[in-house]
Amino acid sequence: MKRGTKLLSLLTAGMLFAALSTGCGGSDSGASDKTVKVGGLLEMTGGSASFGISSKNGIDLAFKDINAKGGVLGGKQLALVVADTKSEASEATNGMQKLISQDKVVAVIGPNQSSAVIAASAINNGAKVPGITPMGTNPDITVNPADGKTRAYNFRACFIDPFQGTVMASFAYDDLAVRKAAVLIDNTSDYSKGLAKFFTENFTKKGGSVVVEEAFLQKDTDFKSTLTKIKVANPDFIYIPGYYQEVGLIIKQARELGIDVPIAGGDGWDSAKLPEIAGKAALNDTYFSSLYSSDDASDINKKFVEEYQKAYNSKPDVFAALAYDSALLVAKAIEDAKSAEPAKIAEAMSKISGFKGVSGDVVFDEQHNPIKSAVIIEYVDGVQTFKTKVNP
Amino acid sequence: MNPIRKFDLTAIAGCALLFAVLQGLMFGGLIGPFWELNIILICINIILSVSLNLINGYTGQFSIGHAGFMAVGAYTSAIITVKLGLPYELALIVGTVAAGILGFLIGLPTLRLNGDYLAIATLGLGEIIRICILNIDYVGGASGLMGIPRLTTFAYVFWIMIFVIFFIKNFKNSAPGRCCLAIRENEIAADTMGINTTKYKVMAFTLGASFAGTAGALFSHYFFLAHPASFTFMRSFDILTMVVLGGLGSMTGAITGAVLLTFISAYLSDYPEWRMIIYSITLIVLMLRRPQGLFGSVELSREMFRLGGKKDGRAAEGK
Amino acid sequence: MDTLLHQFFQQLINGISLGSIYALIALGYTMIYGIIKLINFAHGDIYMLGAYFGFFATTQLGLSFIPAIILSMACAALVGIIIERIAYKPMRNAPRIAILITAIGVSFFLEYGMILLVSPQPRTFPAVFTPTVYNFGPLVANSQQIVILVSAIILMAVLTYIVNKTKAGKAMRAVSFDADAARLMGINIDRVISMTFALGSALAAAGGVLVGVYYNSIDPLMGMMPGLKAFVAAVLGGIGIIPGAMIGGIILGVVEAMVSGFISSTFRDAAAFGILILILLYKPAGLLGKNVREKV
Repeated sequence: MKRGTKLLSLLTAGMLFAALSTGCGGSDSGASDKTVKVGGLLEMTGGSASFGISSKNGIDLAFKDINAKGGVLGGKQLALVVADTKSEASEATNGMQKLISQDKVVAVIGPNQSSAVIAASAINNGAKVPGITPMGTNPDITVNPADGKTRAYNFRACFIDPFQGTVMASFAYDDLAVRKAAVLIDNTSDYSKGLAKFFTENFTKKGGSVVVEEAFLQKDTDFKSTLTKIKVANPDFIYIPGYYQEVGLIIKQARELGIDVPIAGGDGWDSAKLPEIAGKAALNDTYFSSLYSSDDASDINKKFVEEYQKAYNSKPDVFAALAYDSALLVAKAIEDAKSAEPAKIAEAMSKISGFKGVSGDVVFDEQHNPIKSAVIIEYVDGVQTFKTKVNP
Repeated sequence: MNPIRKFDLTAIAGCALLFAVLQGLMFGGLIGPFWELNIILICINIILSVSLNLINGYTGQFSIGHAGFMAVGAYTSAIITVKLGLPYELALIVGTVAAGILGFLIGLPTLRLNGDYLAIATLGLGEIIRICILNIDYVGGASGLMGIPRLTTFAYVFWIMIFVIFFIKNFKNSAPGRCCLAIRENEIAADTMGINTTKYKVMAFTLGASFAGTAGALFSHYFFLAHPASFTFMRSFDILTMVVLGGLGSMTGAITGAVLLTFISAYLSDYPEWRMIIYSITLIVLMLRRPQGLFGSVELSREMFRLGGKKDGRAAEGK
Repeated sequence: MDTLLHQFFQQLINGISLGSIYALIALGYTMIYGIIKLINFAHGDIYMLGAYFGFFATTQLGLSFIPAIILSMACAALVGIIIERIAYKPMRNAPRIAILITAIGVSFFLEYGMILLVSPQPRTFPAVFTPTVYNFGPLVANSQQIVILVSAIILMAVLTYIVNKTKAGKAMRAVSFDADAARLMGINIDRVISMTFALGSALAAAGGVLVGVYYNSIDPLMGMMPGLKAFVAAVLGGIGIIPGAMIGGIILGVVEAMVSGFISSTFRDAAAFGILILILLYKPAGLLGKNVREKV
């Protein structure tokens, strides 16, 4: 056994040293003379790859624009370094560590999944590097639930769950005048669970009742069984806070089963794919809350949508739009800080003012959540139509 | 002193040296946080692959549900530290024991199956464990159990890894270990020889599962959270790949497989779009060139057999 | 009580329609396993490829439904043959587990290769035929569901005929029974296995196109879960047995629908795997299989 054991330990040692020798070399600073490195910690592979790839497209576009206009800090170019979360929280921690200690990025955009942002936040807060999530909606991302303090280096470009859930509850109760709601949750997504929780809370507070609560899993394709169950409960409204891939199928199948009540959801619905998947007719009488609509008439948005379509041959979804805004926010914070030092960027970010993004103006409150108003959008024959605006 | 003991001691001394060097480099800042993280990940993966090797390689039972046991360890240990506020050492033990108990309960009925059937059953069980966790709100459901303190240090991981490696190595050379090898070679023949095959299969399975639980506990206390998405069948495949790549039934193989794959994965993180494609091509090419794994091939195992002394059993050959 | 009964029958319809999709994929799965004892993990991904071939055939080439499905089947058959030649053929005498790893590798390659090629965003199928909705009192079914079920039954019948009655099928069975003996009898094993893969892949592609049209949404990872479920279905019915795949698929679909409808949809997958394990424990060869004991 002697040689065998030795071989074993030698091997381990050899491998580890190999790691060392390669690990130490070749890491240059994030802010050289010519470029400023920004990390993109995104879902490039795994089940949520479509989120990450949309986001990367958005960031690429934003950086291309900024660099074409002369970059930041008087001529430095922004460079995106992407790390993959593999759609998984522990890998997000790993990727965050790599971006910060190997690539020495000055700020990190992403990830989109709340649990991944929260897991990775320990790393970037420890290293004092600002992170901004395009679509992480869980309140705990910016506020540490253990001590109730704001995480100094975490920001988000989107709404928090309570806001959207509350907005839709009011809209359903007051404007649609419905009283018996069914809630259908994406059980694999904390975003969906958060929205559903606050919707239920506020809807019942107002006097409505949730008659049935059901759940599905991401990548499910057949919802007829669950919908049959909902149909039996006979609600006059269905709330589906989910992402468009599943929501499209749910709405299509719900209408096929003869469920013709209004259906509503959150900003995960926003995609040009939704009308294609669900079918235009099925989408009538459906609503969603959002801070962004690709049909928004602002100039910056029109330009964004046009450029995006030219570059990627499809309309931007909410992930692309908010990642685009996140990238612009990072760039503006760098300009405001007049420095590419992470801590200063974070400081400038928290004080940002006069920012105009494709999803509207952004100012951060003391909990690092953007103060924005929500819009309720209705689908009319497959076209997003502005319904009403709700202020926070 | 019996020679095996003596060599064990020298090997442990070597490990202590390795530990001292690595730890020194980490303190000295020569190993940055990223590579420290990856070294810890390698140690965790070694625990996983070596323990799966006990089931798949030594006992010849085709299990691909290892991620499920890892999840059990990760969650139970996190409950101990986060929810109950008890010490980390206890959490590690409870995580290990919990996964072991579950492994025993699952192993008892399912190990009657063999080959592909056992594979698909364990795969299903792993998924069932994950789905159950997904539906328990006490541990956070889909959001995962968050706010786990980072209590896993390099010292913990390293020495637990060494313990597991030596435990399994010695188990293989013990009487029950030899029974396991006999079962792998021919179950019916082993049965006829008077070996209680069920007992030893369940024993190996339980041990493997409990070490997976340990790995899970270390994992969740390093990455700040336990999340159902970390324990899908993709992770089971990953562990299985490590074992098979290194050579099924070869301890050094399992270790090398874990080290190699963790590195490939870390290096490829610079090319996220290509990562899985390169990974899959590497997998296919390696299997085509060396279906027995890096160390598991006949020539190399004979070589190791000669080097490793006469008492050692043979490393896995293709059946 | 009445609503409960209605719900039960509606769930039965839902379950059968879901099950016929599993059955479609499981047919090819079970055939490949039956002939060369390989768990082809990439089968679900061939199904995905089939859906994409169908998608491009209708959108880019402007083909109508039937030609698109035929073209897709042909392309998938070709891909199946290529995969077998490159990845599986050299492994024929390798340990089973190594082949399994290769299959997993192929599966990853197809999934992520497609992500690179066509992006992970879901695509929507053009409406090649509009579904008619049939109402039977409170019960609802649509023409697409019926088309899928009927296609599955027809394909099962065709496959059973090919395997049991044709010369090629005889060769397949011979290879399955004893490859070496078959070779000695002058059967070209490579050709038989290629053909098995071609046939199995074509079936998966047909399933992919039908499902793409039915759900109206396809993406590169769409084959993962259905692939796994189809394998469960195949094992349930008795792996290697063609009618078993059909029965297994339908049972699995109905169980899932019933669990979703009467317990909770979040436990649906757990129930599917649970049933699998129970079947394996009490009737390891599957519902239609015969137990064979290994002889010393």
